[in-house]
Amino acid sequence: MASNAIEGGQALVRCLESEGVEYIFGYSGGAAIPIFDALITTDTKIKFILVRHEQGAAHMADGYARATGKPAVVLVTSGPGATNTLTGIMTAHMDSVPMIVVSGQSVSWMLGKDAFQEADIFGITMPVVKHSYLVKETNDIPRIVREAFHIATTGRPGPVLIDIPKDISAGPCTADLHAEMDLPGYKEEYSVNNDTILEIAEALAKSKRPLILAGHGAMISGADPSLLAFAEKAQIPVTSTLLGKGVFPETHALSLGMLGMHGTAYANKAICECDLLLNIGSRFDDRILGKPSEFCKNATIVHIDIDAAEIGKMIQPQIACVADAKTALDELIKHVPVLETKEWCKHLDGYKAKYPLKFKRQGGLKMQHIIDEFYKLSEGKACVATDVGQHQMWAAQFYKNDSRYDWLSSGGAGTMGVGLPFCIGAAFGRPNDIHVCFVGDGGFQMTFFELATAALHKLPIKIVVLNNHYLGMVRQWQELFYDDRKSGVDLEGNPDFVKLAESFGIKGFNLRRPGDVKRVLQNALDYNDGPCLINCEVEKTDNVFPMIPAGAAIEDMLIEPPSMKLEKPTGST
Amino acid sequence: MSNSDTAMHTLSVYVANKPGALARIAQVFARRGFNIESLVVSPAVDGHFSRMTISCSGDPSGLDQIIKQLSKLIDVLHCIDHTYDESVMKEMGLIKIAVGSEGRSEALQIAEHYGCKTVDLTPESMILQVVGNPDKIDALEEMIAKFRIIELVRTGKVVMCRGEETT
Repeated sequence: MASNAIEGGQALVRCLESEGVEYIFGYSGGAAIPIFDALITTDTKIKFILVRHEQGAAHMADGYARATGKPAVVLVTSGPGATNTLTGIMTAHMDSVPMIVVSGQSVSWMLGKDAFQEADIFGITMPVVKHSYLVKETNDIPRIVREAFHIATTGRPGPVLIDIPKDISAGPCTADLHAEMDLPGYKEEYSVNNDTILEIAEALAKSKRPLILAGHGAMISGADPSLLAFAEKAQIPVTSTLLGKGVFPETHALSLGMLGMHGTAYANKAICECDLLLNIGSRFDDRILGKPSEFCKNATIVHIDIDAAEIGKMIQPQIACVADAKTALDELIKHVPVLETKEWCKHLDGYKAKYPLKFKRQGGLKMQHIIDEFYKLSEGKACVATDVGQHQMWAAQFYKNDSRYDWLSSGGAGTMGVGLPFCIGAAFGRPNDIHVCFVGDGGFQMTFFELATAALHKLPIKIVVLNNHYLGMVRQWQELFYDDRKSGVDLEGNPDFVKLAESFGIKGFNLRRPGDVKRVLQNALDYNDGPCLINCEVEKTDNVFPMIPAGAAIEDMLIEPPSMKLEKPTGST
Repeated sequence: MSNSDTAMHTLSVYVANKPGALARIAQVFARRGFNIESLVVSPAVDGHFSRMTISCSGDPSGLDQIIKQLSKLIDVLHCIDHTYDESVMKEMGLIKIAVGSEGRSEALQIAEHYGCKTVDLTPESMILQVVGNPDKIDALEEMIAKFRIIELVRTGKVVMCRGEETT
């Protein structure tokens, strides 16, 4: 080795340091040993968190990024180590979350020869990454790391994979660690077209019933203060997508909460009745469209998105603006007048009064009750992670978010098992905040092994297991659309979650009666010696409403449980 | 734009010459149910970049999305649809036909009409090389089919914009 050379793995660690990386979540293995060794030999300040399964590492990095806006790094070995991150990468990709996944790989001369623990992770992940690299020269490491972070965090963010063969990470690196990027095809200029802004302002000025749809893009661009100023100045009501929760304060008088399949009735009614829809950073996901041909049929649609490929993908807007949400709003606010929307807002307030989100206080223990009470006890200030399913929708409805980065939920991918690792990642990133994860008994069992990670680091997280012994959302569909034929949804055989928690050294609480909700949750909130788990034995067969059956028009929203048998939905899942 | 359900389109893609670029591009087509009919890749004047000409068929309404998705790829500098412009489009074909002394002069006559070169000649066969727009090669194929076509290899078309415009 040349005297001034460091090893590839050491170069990698130095480059991660200069990108400002705080945490690496990972799992060691043979092909990644040179990189793991470099974590020691470089004496780096980056903290390495050993997880219990690589999927956990990917979801933790994802949760960290969603809660802080900063990318984290996943470090795993080749073959199964790398493939175990796949669901996590796909989850991040669907929700535009920045993430760097570094995988060890077999030595380069064995590539394609079925070496031990060899998998073509570069090929396998190709459809679910923003970009990826297979490193062939040790001296390329500094350039590639720099490019990877740049790509992951700019424009529409996303995961980037760096696959490093063992001989490359062990080989000598003589390259300048501050290498130049070489990305001639990467477009990152999003100058706002002034004519388009004027066109939008003009359309707004003519509108009598305008509505803002705020999506994850607005969150990513940090547009929350701009959005607040804009909506308040122009007096336009705001609804948000699931991932947009918190980009506009949900307790604000102009907020209509979340729209879509299980959104508020008033948000969905506003969608049906608005004459102008200003979409800021939402990709018109099928969960909010219902039936695309009927969506906002009589309204002027304006779509602001940083990704040109989203314009016209689902809905053809009358005015399209390919731009960063914050930049566009900061321009738009200069040109938009105060709109005369008093009547419109009053009309929507009528809907709020007529169709509030509600649940029956009588009867058994309800997820809604627990979430609502936790919201009150935590004064709406917790960073909330959810898993996927009924509890996720109820959490979206009843835990109102007033600030960004406080709502961590798998939207596009709908990945069960994210709740606990999301919450862990977030707690690493923001150790001084209140962290809660609402998880179902199904999703929790997919990744509960990360209780060990939470316990080891004494993370201040409250794990609320909303345990109905069913895969509740699928059971709900089977009840409503399939004559209540329950197929593959009964989670018979659940462990005792409190004993499970205790076996990891985690404090456990049981919650069985509605009368105990406040007391038990308060005890959990007061507990300050690391994580605690609250096993909530909730009603088995409650259903989430409002509901727009997949593929149905928003007008056909079910606000209450239906009294007649429903047709099978036409939309995807 | 054509209303046909599966119109044929010609795209040119200018791409950084990086590993995996072709796989990423192919994936965009596959995921949206487009068939790639022909694909030509070659180095550009600047060897750091490649030129691709892709002929594909599929639902025209999906093509706009494909072009945007291709443009979004990190390695792609630009992607242009040349289906309806006046670009120069050329293709080369090699056709091996079974022909002995008896039909040879007629075969050569047809070949001459299409501006073919005879690049191989044996007592039992000949290989014709034809260059032109794809329609011309189709027409030759039809005419020469009176002889038995043993093999046919076409390069797929390449495209270049006229005048000052960039391909």
